[in-house]
Amino acid sequence: MSVPRFWREIPYRYRLIGSYCEKCNETFFPPREICPRCRRSGDIKDIKLEEEGEIFSYTVIRTAPPEFDVQTPYAIALIKLKNGPLIMSQLTDCEMDDVKIGKKVRMVFRKISEDGEAGIINYGYKFVLAE
Amino acid sequence: MISIVGYGSYVPKNRIKTSEIAKIWGKDPQNVERGLGVYEKSVPSLDEDTITIATAATKYALKRAGIDPEEIGAIYVGSESHPYVVKPSGTVVAAAIGCEGELKCADYEFACKAGTAAIQNVMGLIEGEYIKYGLAIGADTSQGAPGDALEYAASAGGAAFILSKKNKDSIATIEETLSYTTDTPDFWRREYQHYPQHGGRFTGEPAYFKHVGTATKMMMDRMSLNPDDLDYIVFHMPNAKFPVNMAKKLGFSTEQVTQGLVVSKIGNTYSGSSLLGLTAVLDVAKPGDKILMSSYGSGAGSDSFYITVDDAIEKKRDMCPKTWDMIDNKRYIDYATYTIYRKKILMR
Ligand SMILES: [Zn+2]
Repeated sequence: MSVPRFWREIPYRYRLIGSYCEKCNETFFPPREICPRCRRSGDIKDIKLEEEGEIFSYTVIRTAPPEFDVQTPYAIALIKLKNGPLIMSQLTDCEMDDVKIGKKVRMVFRKISEDGEAGIINYGYKFVLAE
Repeated sequence: MISIVGYGSYVPKNRIKTSEIAKIWGKDPQNVERGLGVYEKSVPSLDEDTITIATAATKYALKRAGIDPEEIGAIYVGSESHPYVVKPSGTVVAAAIGCEGELKCADYEFACKAGTAAIQNVMGLIEGEYIKYGLAIGADTSQGAPGDALEYAASAGGAAFILSKKNKDSIATIEETLSYTTDTPDFWRREYQHYPQHGGRFTGEPAYFKHVGTATKMMMDRMSLNPDDLDYIVFHMPNAKFPVNMAKKLGFSTEQVTQGLVVSKIGNTYSGSSLLGLTAVLDVAKPGDKILMSSYGSGAGSDSFYITVDDAIEKKRDMCPKTWDMIDNKRYIDYATYTIYRKKILMR
């Protein structure tokens, strides 16, 4: 990912800042600039999403792109945030046997990727099992 | 008076046993364990570094402080393992908690005492009324070269403190702080070197004991304290032997040291070391308790703090995970996994 693109996306990657349409009460993550439902008549605001939720669905990655190979196996989950939308995130610091639909999770701030040994380090949200 | 209004700690979940490392290098595991008093140490996950550890500790400190992050006027991160040589750790922490903008920010380095130096600087800025709240962090993911004595203890963890003028939300008040500093080459790492070098036996008497002992004695003289006036003592913990012997030399009992002696279960977290000890003490201390903490940084210096616990500790300590609970929440890894986690082998 390019450095400028990552930099623009910092608020939502670091702190789960999504967007909210005051007209139709819908929450979006990643954030939207225009409400896909209300279009021009929508009223989009930033909203800090809850850092807790539960696993809605997940998949275990055993064959990963080269960059993530050392982390396998790891789980990618769809997470239903408290009072918020579904978001997709990597789960970290957990055994694959402990990952189950319905389990409570909470957000942590971790390294997502590194652009080699000399490049920028990309940080952002991941989730861990809450108990 | 300057007070701690929020504190938080963070210890990664992975542990490697001292005996597992000793086995690899053909040493007698029990000799090494007994010699250091370190039985296992924390290891960061592949996606953890000083910045993520600092952020995790800070989020707990913010929760206990109960303030809006935008009220923080300064962030200083003390570490000897900042992920970038050029590009501050503090700015990432600022963005992660949402307090970018009008903010004083810098990274500090002074071996293992950069975190306590950060606290002293925040204290000065608050006293001088430049800021209302300031955040000081000590965090590290330190490394010892494979086979080096440092490898048994060098570990990962950190603690964060939010300070302000003393008020009804004060958890503990810093009654006094002082430092003792000399130029002593006991431990160093040159630029572009992956692992530090140390002066072997030179690290004990003329380095650790001289500086921690002098700073602590200076503090006790200045505040007219006797050893039994204090409820808890926290010293920097490169291993368990040094702080316990230091306490003995200064007339303290083992009981005064035990609560803060996290090193035996997580190793030496460098800039996080004495500060994690302090968080473990705050987790159990009662209002009115007196704490003396002296850090140590090779190079060399010691920062000493005389602290009185305040009433708000009772309502704030249970808001976040406690340090010893975090230490007990662990999973063991073997040496092979450890070499991958710590990037000790070259991988394509
Ligand atoms: Zn809408």
